[in-house]
Amino acid sequence: MHETLYAVAAIAVVALVTWGLRAAPFLLFGNRPLPKTMRYLGKALPPAIMTVLVIYCLRNTAFDRSPFGIPELAACALVAVLQIVKRNMYLSIIAGTVCYMVLIRVL
Amino acid sequence: MRELRFAVKNTIPIFFTYLFIGIAFGILTVDAGYSVPLSVASALFIYAGSMQLVMIPMMTSGASLISLALMTFFINARHIFYGISFVERFRKMGWRGVYMVLALTDETYSVLCSVQYEPNLDEDRAAFYIALLNHLYWIFGCLVGACAGRLLPFDMTGIDFSATAFFLVVVINQWRQYRTKLPFLTAATCALGFYLLLGKDYFLIPTLLTCLIALLVLRRPIEAKEGREDA
Repeated sequence: MHETLYAVAAIAVVALVTWGLRAAPFLLFGNRPLPKTMRYLGKALPPAIMTVLVIYCLRNTAFDRSPFGIPELAACALVAVLQIVKRNMYLSIIAGTVCYMVLIRVL
Repeated sequence: MRELRFAVKNTIPIFFTYLFIGIAFGILTVDAGYSVPLSVASALFIYAGSMQLVMIPMMTSGASLISLALMTFFINARHIFYGISFVERFRKMGWRGVYMVLALTDETYSVLCSVQYEPNLDEDRAAFYIALLNHLYWIFGCLVGACAGRLLPFDMTGIDFSATAFFLVVVINQWRQYRTKLPFLTAATCALGFYLLLGKDYFLIPTLLTCLIALLVLRRPIEAKEGREDA
């Protein structure tokens, strides 16, 4: 029973902190009109955040030992080239993921 | 109905990503000795992939609730930045807006940032379905992993790369949409710099904070290209 209580409390704590973080901008500005600076950030931040997220996703790449990050870099290059040339999101994602899954097995 | 179909179409990449990472989480949970309901409750209420994956080993080692709260804060602090672009939009959406605030994950944020709505579509409804579908995919993945993860006949290692690929596609589409390239260049410079300086576990938050400050400093040149946001 003590175990169950701990598990429930753990989920509650992690959930509440996560919700608080997601709700922070909304709680901060309430029903007041949004300051112009925040509007500007609302437009300027997304491309910056997405760029950071891509690099964040690649953070566990091991460049210092075989296969030296080749699967990650090659798969990203394939995604980029396909998306630039073909502009088909599904094709880019599927081809890139398959390429990555094959390379981590053969290299 | 058109909105739902549109949402399904635009969340297909997330379906695969969430299914796989959810399955990985379900397996981890059950292997650690926790039950299927715990896996599903985490998916339903926490709904944050990397934190859920960190939470399980912390729980088995009996971590205090305070250290769980601190860890959650540091891993999910990036979510503070996501709401900034949607404050006015979600505020107008009533109870749906409240749900969308709490369900704003990396993946949902990036779909909402990049989606091109079709004409004659109820955009708020479509956005709500996008958030809801992603959440359901995640719950489904965590459920499948907890119930049947060990029974899967094939090795799916590496399919989580689909999340990276999806984010990269979003960046490339944004690169086309934005006339100014400064946000991309700032972010890449900060991220790589802090990655080299602080290492893979600690670079995220300093990077996001520095980007925020840099974008405020660069407001003039960026607005000169993108046009001013007038109230």
